[in-house]
Amino acid sequence: MTAGGSLGRLAAGRLLRRPVAVAAVAVLTAVALACLVGPLLTGHAPGRIYPDLVRVAPGPAAHPRGDDLPDILARLAFRMRVRLEAVVREPGTVRLTLAADRPIDPRVLTALPRSDLFGTPVVLSRAEDGRGLVVSVPVRRLHFLLGTDALGRDILSRSLVAGRVSLLIGLVATAVALIVGVVYGAVAGFSGGTLDAVMMRIVDILYALPFVFFVIVLLVFFRANLVLILAAIAAVEWLDMARLVRAQTRALRHRDFVRAAEALGRSRAAILARHVVPNTLGVVVVAATSLVPRVILLESFLSFLGLGVQEPETSWGALVADGARSLETAPWMLAGPTAFLVATLVSLNLIGDALSDALDPRLRDLGAT
Amino acid sequence: MIGLVLHRLVQAVPTLFLVVAGSFFLMRLAPGGPFDLERPLPRAAMENLSRTYGLDQPLAVQFLRYCAALLRGDLGPSFSFRDLTVAELFARGLPVSMTLGALALVLAVCAGLGLGSLAALRRGSGWDRAVGLMAGTGLSVPGFVVAPLLQIVFGLGLAWLPVGGWEGGAPSHLVLPAITLALPQAGAIARLVRSALVETLNAPHVRTQRAMGLSPARIARHALRAALIPVVATLGPTAAALLTGSVVVETIFGLPGIGRYFVDGALNRDYTLVMGTVVLVAVFVMVLNLVGDIAAAMLDPRTRSMR
Repeated sequence: MTAGGSLGRLAAGRLLRRPVAVAAVAVLTAVALACLVGPLLTGHAPGRIYPDLVRVAPGPAAHPRGDDLPDILARLAFRMRVRLEAVVREPGTVRLTLAADRPIDPRVLTALPRSDLFGTPVVLSRAEDGRGLVVSVPVRRLHFLLGTDALGRDILSRSLVAGRVSLLIGLVATAVALIVGVVYGAVAGFSGGTLDAVMMRIVDILYALPFVFFVIVLLVFFRANLVLILAAIAAVEWLDMARLVRAQTRALRHRDFVRAAEALGRSRAAILARHVVPNTLGVVVVAATSLVPRVILLESFLSFLGLGVQEPETSWGALVADGARSLETAPWMLAGPTAFLVATLVSLNLIGDALSDALDPRLRDLGAT
Repeated sequence: MIGLVLHRLVQAVPTLFLVVAGSFFLMRLAPGGPFDLERPLPRAAMENLSRTYGLDQPLAVQFLRYCAALLRGDLGPSFSFRDLTVAELFARGLPVSMTLGALALVLAVCAGLGLGSLAALRRGSGWDRAVGLMAGTGLSVPGFVVAPLLQIVFGLGLAWLPVGGWEGGAPSHLVLPAITLALPQAGAIARLVRSALVETLNAPHVRTQRAMGLSPARIARHALRAALIPVVATLGPTAAALLTGSVVVETIFGLPGIGRYFVDGALNRDYTLVMGTVVLVAVFVMVLNLVGDIAAAMLDPRTRSMR
């Protein structure tokens, strides 16, 4: 080993030498950015329903496709109470010849743009008695890269918006678990003695509780909402963190720099905040990176049981659960959200692994492997 | 060792009390009751039902009664399954969940040990990366994604295995649920084994063994013992995760196990069934925690003197 350097800098350097870790960071950043700004770019509001484009298969093609047009137009004509005499397809538009037994009120034409598939119609000519109409309608070109679901909603937009919720739950629940766990663990470890014993017994007892079952009971009996889900998940996950930080704090408690700070007359709170907690952060960061995927997975588990995020809000878990149920009819409903979920979770897990290796001072001499 | 067991037994008392009290009051404080139907029952019928099940008593009395019954080993009658006690429901569901859980545990340990040691022994190689990725994926893909995929591929596509159902525990009906359940645990165990084995292989005593010219196979055998410790020590959490997973697996594959009863019970406000399941799971996890600690202590001389 040549130069020293702070643990953080060394770790960052080691992390960046691992191609897998760099790739994972890149994927995670891409997913997060996509979820943040993506919904604005897909061209579909996430809740927008296209009743005529239900279970559209994914692909780069524009919808409505030429083959589907006659069916869609026939349905619209029925709704407008007119007969569709002729359809002439032109680039970007269709020319429709409509007829009826009674004079056609041009206002029925608003059904065309209202279907979200066509633009504003232009009347080209009108029969003398008003019973015939020739209109030219621009056909919109809608893209559903990941297909649409059973209601005709764009899966890409839904997945991206769901990602916001899933990532939010992952980050907030982890942050809460982190803060509670670090403070609890640091106080217990630093105090030692009876207080430490009592505090850790409490953790031991809570640890043996079948918490996930409690969470299910909680969410079934009180209507599920985001805050409750967050609280429930955080309540499960802070225990690990508390144990980890306590063990670290115990190890740091009698180190010289802590003694020195004590000799200098710093208050215990100041020593904890300034000297002890920062030294536990390496372990905490690693634990937190593996906590986020656990939290997201737990939320998706709850969503599968119908206890997680509720419509119209959605999360990756809710979408994946939805997709799993319609796997036979529309496999892409599962594929899209699952791809996002799994890519995120795998990247987070890989980053956690790489970080724990990178922050491990024992591996310093072994070089990056 | 005896100290450890005693310590845990003493600790089990407040834990169980917390479990019982927590789930009892949580459920009673929530709106809705077990006999709320879409069309309300006549008042007289409601009062009769409440009296029969003792729901007309003050909460504290109900709680004490439940605790007293629990101490006698009586889990009470189920509210939603007429004419059945919770114990009878468990007698039906427990064999299903236990078979499935045990099978999944064996699968997960075998796969995890094999892959984890492979990765550790060939550290930094393509194998290592492949195992890391597999383990990460296994941990990241939820069971309710794996299950329908398996059903479609092996059940509908290849028609090798049945899609669901129990059929008295026929082996073919167990394969897909057990694989689904085992997958994430196999991933977790593989990672545990890998990191423990890597650490052991770098330890001074292994270096000494190498210097003494022991064959790599013998060194690996010594090191594997150390690698087993974290696997055994996390037996409790693993069992808890398997139980949680079985809720999903039993729902998807239509298996009549405890997990299904629990979810149905919770949705039907079946107080006694939910309480019974929570208590059962808590006891189960605590026992496995203890078993795991004892086994880890037996494998690891350093912790033998631990309380």
